[in-house]
Amino acid sequence: MVAEGRAAGAGTGDEFDVAVVGGGLVGVATAWGLAREGCRVVVLDEGDRAVRASRGNFALVWVQSKGLGLAPYAGWTIRSSNAWQGFSDLLKQETGLDVSFQRPGGFHLCLSEKELEARATVLKRLHNQPGIVDYKTEILTHDQVKAMLPDIGPEVVGGSFCPLDGHVNSLRLFRTLHTALNARGVTYLPSHRVDNITKDGGEFRLTTPHGEIRAAKVALAAGNANMRLAPMVGLEAPMRPERGQIVVTERLRPFLNHPVVTLRQTDEGTVMIGDSKEESVDPSGLTIGVSATEAERAVRQFPLLANVNVVRTWSAIRVMTQDGFPIYDESKTHPGAFTVCCHSGVTLAANHALTIAPMIARGALDASLVAPFSARRFHVQAAG
Amino acid sequence: MFKRLAESSPAVGIIVDGKPVSARTGDTVAAALLAAGIGHCRTTPVTGAPRAPFCLMGVCFDCLVTIDGVGSRQGCLIPVREGMKVETQLGRREAGR
Ligand code: FES
Repeated sequence: MVAEGRAAGAGTGDEFDVAVVGGGLVGVATAWGLAREGCRVVVLDEGDRAVRASRGNFALVWVQSKGLGLAPYAGWTIRSSNAWQGFSDLLKQETGLDVSFQRPGGFHLCLSEKELEARATVLKRLHNQPGIVDYKTEILTHDQVKAMLPDIGPEVVGGSFCPLDGHVNSLRLFRTLHTALNARGVTYLPSHRVDNITKDGGEFRLTTPHGEIRAAKVALAAGNANMRLAPMVGLEAPMRPERGQIVVTERLRPFLNHPVVTLRQTDEGTVMIGDSKEESVDPSGLTIGVSATEAERAVRQFPLLANVNVVRTWSAIRVMTQDGFPIYDESKTHPGAFTVCCHSGVTLAANHALTIAPMIARGALDASLVAPFSARRFHVQAAG
Repeated sequence: MFKRLAESSPAVGIIVDGKPVSARTGDTVAAALLAAGIGHCRTTPVTGAPRAPFCLMGVCFDCLVTIDGVGSRQGCLIPVREGMKVETQLGRREAGR
């Protein structure tokens, strides 16, 4: 509400080094990184009713499985996973808030020999790619899993384990980043949906319902809306949003020491069950059958969940590029315009704050790190 | 604090945290606890604050207790039965109980 008050003055003379479009996790992580570089930053966000993945995500900081089809994505993910502890320490220093980052290693559990075989095949294909970084994911038998997760049921035939996997309290991360932005004097403007962007001389002009914002650079971090915004600055972001559903239980005493890709126990005790995928883009709907299937699999994995009470379910829209990999780009036609777009806004938050933001502050992406993630990959011939 | 309006219905014996408590047929677990002067039936999972039955109609979930070994039961929705074992639920429920 304070920010709303500042909104009135924002279009009337304030000038910014960078306008970050999008106030979700990707936007605020990038904005915080930019502020750390000394930039004067404005974050242009939609209102409270925005379709916002940052409020509905599953909160894993996840490595295993990432990179099949684009090997550098594995290395990029590991870089963020390795930077995460330092990132959360910095946030704690600045805000006093603890986002409960933990990296005990995570599991993918299989409920049949067929699933386990398929899992092993995926990992083999992933690891056989040229240039892949080894992230030490192993296939474990039922007994090996049971030694680390004593409460698994007899139907769990085995699974894969990656020591780099972890999780975080993502709602607290979202709040912490906003707190840190505020403390660093970043201007946050809610209800400033960007309708148009033009470049005029050395300056970007962003049209919003509450007036025009001017900035030397623009970082597009608006999730699925990047599809609409990117062409305004000579970029592209082909997206295919997807819906996911999450089931949340009452708070329980700690029993799960490692996150599972579909099930994790938060620092406050609730168990989140998720990882469904639907093509729908209606964030207000909920398919009961999907929640039931998620819950049924969770009980087969951990039978002690059978009579636990469910306190919430929700659905959220995933930010998803057309091939599922991130897009980082800088505009040739509109120098100073960048896209920061990805599905894994939690996992990659450390990279966005500590690696991408400094590149944007300098005015150029470092091709040695992010060239594979240009949207030019969607036009193989043009890129060649 | 609470007084019964009538003592007409037959007595039912339940066990609360190991001690015998006398209730009446038709009491809910929550009513029996209140009538017995038991100050709180659970503590909250995060701050450990004490809670007692509040709405008595299934809405507030402040009456959660462990009944016959099953955690997080709503005491205000469950009638007492002879020999029923009720336990104060301290903090987070244990999964599997
Ligand atoms: S007293 Fe409110 S739900 Fe039981």
